[in-house]
Amino acid sequence: MSRPGNALFLERRTYRRRRLVDAARFLPILGAVLWSVPLLWSSDGAETVPTSRAILYVFGVWCFLIVAAFLLSTRLRSDPPEEPVERP
Amino acid sequence: MATLNVLVAVCLAYVAVLFLVAFVAERAAARGRGWLGGPWVYTLSLSIYCTAWTFYGAVGYAARSGLEYLTIYLGPTLVFVGWWWLLRKLVRIGRAQRVTSIADLISSRFGKSNMLAVGVTILSVIAATPYIALQLQSVTLSFEVFARADGGAAASSAPASTAFWVAVGLAVFTVLFGTRNLDANERHHGVVMAIAVEAVVKLCALLAVGVFVIWGVAGGVGDVMTRIDASEIGHWQMDGGRWATLTFLSAAALLCLPRMFQVMVVENDEERHLRTASWAFPLYLMLMSLFVVPIAVVGLDLMPAGTNPDLFVLTVPLSQGQDGLAMLSFIGGFSSATSMVIVAAIALSTMVSNHIVMPIWLKLTGGGAIVSGDVRHVVLMARRVSIAGVVFLGYLYYQLSGGGAALAAIGLISFAGVAQVLPALVGGIFWRGATRAGALAGLTVGFAVWLYTMFLPSFGQGVILPAAVMQEGLFGLDWLRPRALFGIDGLDPLVHAVIWSVGLNTLVFLAVSLASFPSPLERLQGAQFINVFQHSQSPGGGFGGTAEAEDLLIMSQRILGAREAQALFHAEAARQGIEGYLPDPTPEFLQVLERELSGSVGAATAHAMVGQIVGGTTVSVEDLMAVADETAQMMEYSSKLEAQSRELSRTARQLREANEKLTRLSVQKDAFLSQISHELRTPMTSIRSFSEILREGGLERPERHKYASIIHGEAIRLTRLLDDLLDLSVLEDGQVSLNIRRARLADLLDQAEAAAGAASGGTGLEIRRDGPVDQVWITTDPDRLSQVFINLISNARKYCDAAGPRLTINVTQAGERLMIDFVDNGSGIPPDAQDLVFEKFSRIGDQKAGGAGLGLAICREIMARLGGSVSYLPGQGGAAFRVILPLHQAMAAQ
Amino acid sequence: MGKHVLVIEDEPNIIEAISFILSRDGWRVDTHSNGHDAVETVHAKAPDLVILDVMLPGKSGYDILRELRADAQTQALPVLMLTARGQNKDREMAEKMGASQFMTKPFSNADVLACVRALVGAG
Repeated sequence: MSRPGNALFLERRTYRRRRLVDAARFLPILGAVLWSVPLLWSSDGAETVPTSRAILYVFGVWCFLIVAAFLLSTRLRSDPPEEPVERP
Repeated sequence: MATLNVLVAVCLAYVAVLFLVAFVAERAAARGRGWLGGPWVYTLSLSIYCTAWTFYGAVGYAARSGLEYLTIYLGPTLVFVGWWWLLRKLVRIGRAQRVTSIADLISSRFGKSNMLAVGVTILSVIAATPYIALQLQSVTLSFEVFARADGGAAASSAPASTAFWVAVGLAVFTVLFGTRNLDANERHHGVVMAIAVEAVVKLCALLAVGVFVIWGVAGGVGDVMTRIDASEIGHWQMDGGRWATLTFLSAAALLCLPRMFQVMVVENDEERHLRTASWAFPLYLMLMSLFVVPIAVVGLDLMPAGTNPDLFVLTVPLSQGQDGLAMLSFIGGFSSATSMVIVAAIALSTMVSNHIVMPIWLKLTGGGAIVSGDVRHVVLMARRVSIAGVVFLGYLYYQLSGGGAALAAIGLISFAGVAQVLPALVGGIFWRGATRAGALAGLTVGFAVWLYTMFLPSFGQGVILPAAVMQEGLFGLDWLRPRALFGIDGLDPLVHAVIWSVGLNTLVFLAVSLASFPSPLERLQGAQFINVFQHSQSPGGGFGGTAEAEDLLIMSQRILGAREAQALFHAEAARQGIEGYLPDPTPEFLQVLERELSGSVGAATAHAMVGQIVGGTTVSVEDLMAVADETAQMMEYSSKLEAQSRELSRTARQLREANEKLTRLSVQKDAFLSQISHELRTPMTSIRSFSEILREGGLERPERHKYASIIHGEAIRLTRLLDDLLDLSVLEDGQVSLNIRRARLADLLDQAEAAAGAASGGTGLEIRRDGPVDQVWITTDPDRLSQVFINLISNARKYCDAAGPRLTINVTQAGERLMIDFVDNGSGIPPDAQDLVFEKFSRIGDQKAGGAGLGLAICREIMARLGGSVSYLPGQGGAAFRVILPLHQAMAAQ
Repeated sequence: MGKHVLVIEDEPNIIEAISFILSRDGWRVDTHSNGHDAVETVHAKAPDLVILDVMLPGKSGYDILRELRADAQTQALPVLMLTARGQNKDREMAEKMGASQFMTKPFSNADVLACVRALVGAG
């Protein structure tokens, strides 16, 4: 009796899971881009960025990545471990 | 002296605790995993990435170059945060293929090429040597610090002997726990546990020093920030090339370092641990690097100029009189160094013994009949010797390089060395076109460039590379200067070396792969690696005896077919005196099986498959299943093709036959039409001619009567002809509807005689009957059957040329059939015409009997419809026709 | 008058009809009803004209005609061929073999008479 609803639910789950996987794939790229930003900062002259500010930025990005990875890993954990989503 | 002695005592006590931890973990693992295999232990074991280089070197690095030290941790963070891309696949492949080391992985991917394995092993050993030297150096330096603080008496003689004894101690510990047993999976639970403990110790130590520096020495976070900005590293001064290159390099090194591969892939218990590590390991790295800059800046402030910043972690607490904290810090550094050396030695010794020592030993001993216990012993010995050798090499490098260079610089040399494996590794697991030749060529080129531009110059000018080479290039060729290849000058030496070595490596790898052709095994392995997620579920444990037999049976079923395979196994089991289908995999049986399998998949493949299952080495059963399935599919496909081509040729033959038949029919039709035309026109000619004569008039009455009679007779002849034609066409089309009844044969013959007599005007033909005519009843179409009889009797009446014509009707029953022979006493039909009599329009001789020559053709058709036949019977003295009726329609009367 | 015609034909009724037509017109008619000795009969009777059926028992009309044409004595003898198989290839065959005239059965009496008169007149 609940067959159609069940199928719909599964499909939504699969869809959500695929987007989570997309996010997991995207995260390192985002990290690499964010950590490339310091390359744009000027290295000499009077306008240089103070090291304390640089530390806050780099570690800020770091914390963001860790939290994001944590959230993604817990979401991905709640789903079945073997999935047919290998071929997007 | 007291402090130094305390230090040694603490060290020994700490090592004893580690022994205990490893021992307990080992015992616990033997009883069952429990808390040992958890994701936290896995994550902590990964921390061997943070060696003494991190513990001491990062602070020194920061003091010299500001925030550049962070790149060493940013790369690994990105790799772990992006675990879905690469690590997941690497771990799955490692488990599916039962990979024992990174050299094994590369060799396995490229067709189990041992040459590649040897190459990777040599590269790894050479690259790891400076790194191990670095650990020895750091421990030695830290001892020195305490010795100096202690009074400096023993300081001068200490370094060399300290390094030596530390090396010996590490080697002994590694041998004890790294080679206690030979696990098929190369897992070392005790060592991993000890490393996890060390990971906690070193993190705590570094955090403690950091907290002390910020809140104990400086006045909190704000004050430290101010101090940082005011220091000599207070401004962002970064070479963008180095920032990017180092980030890439550290990411590559994480993937390619043998010790990282060991803990990340080989020691991995469950894939899901990776998910936890994906955020927990970056967190660990971040915590490790969090207080590095504060310690460096405060150290620069506090310590006199010229103090080695690499040791700030120790010297700052000491200078503040915090001996306990300094001791903790020392233990942290000691942990970092020892854990790295232990795991690196285990990983490298696995590679050295598996890919170099064992092949050589097997070759020397002929590789023949070896008792399994012997091999075990030899492997363990090889491991132990390899561990000692690797650690000794590190010691040698330490002695050679004189411990001069900064820690960070040495670490980077090592990183760049192992990064040469990266193109083959990544290409191998993502690109099917990657070939063994490509991997080998790329690796060789990268290795050579790295040696020349980075490793050899690291010993310092004049030690190995003469100063002249450094300045003017090899052989005086300017474009071969180690720091400015191809004349490209002005690059940072590190960036220069990494770009050239990895770049040329990748380029050569791609080019040679594109140009070369992989062997079948390479292609097979390539498919297994790249499609690892399609082929393998997370594989389980190893094989037992029955598991082997069962796996063999399953595989054989897929190749031979279920029934054949089961019969084979059952017979063998019976021969061995075992019930069921699972015989012991004895060598004899394996030979038989291989022979059977080679009939289906070829000898080499069969050998490989059986070998893989029984040997239980690097290819998992699931993968063999995948191969078997592919083979089965291929065989199915080819047999389908065969069937199709058979069907095609059958169809073609049918078409050809149909065409021939049509051609024949067309010729027959022409002949038939021509015959019909003739048979119709002949009576028409008489009719027309005499009609014209009669119309003209002027004839006598008898003549008129005669000609009218001719016209009448020819008209009847025409009608009969048309009737016959119609009859024949209906019979030939099979549209005739039979009126099956029971009838007495004698009655039918009577009717036929009467009809034939009447039709031919009753000339004197004597008819006799022979055999049990009166008793026979038949179930048939009586009208049609008597039509045949009439035809035969009237033929005899017409054609029998004897003086006293006589027809004998002879009835016999032969087996299933009833035979009725019509034999007259005339001259019969000449042999050359006998097979023509049943053809349409055939008339024998020149006798005119008024028939169109369709009678016997009609008879033949009728008998075919009635399930019997009519044929000419030669050699009976006259014309003889035999009618055969099937007996199942003929029933004897009571 | 008194011109001589030989009819070689196996259907008795057709022989009867042709004999009647030609006799009434004043021709002397001989008949022969099989193929075997037809050529000999032609030589023996030496008719002014031969009416030859194609389908004969023993030997076909074409073969008889070929033999006649091969013989100098009968080379120019007028031959009227009759056939019941009214196909074009039969006509071609007859012309090739050297038939003077070709007629398809059934024929009209008047045509046969006219044809015989023309052939003998011409010959």
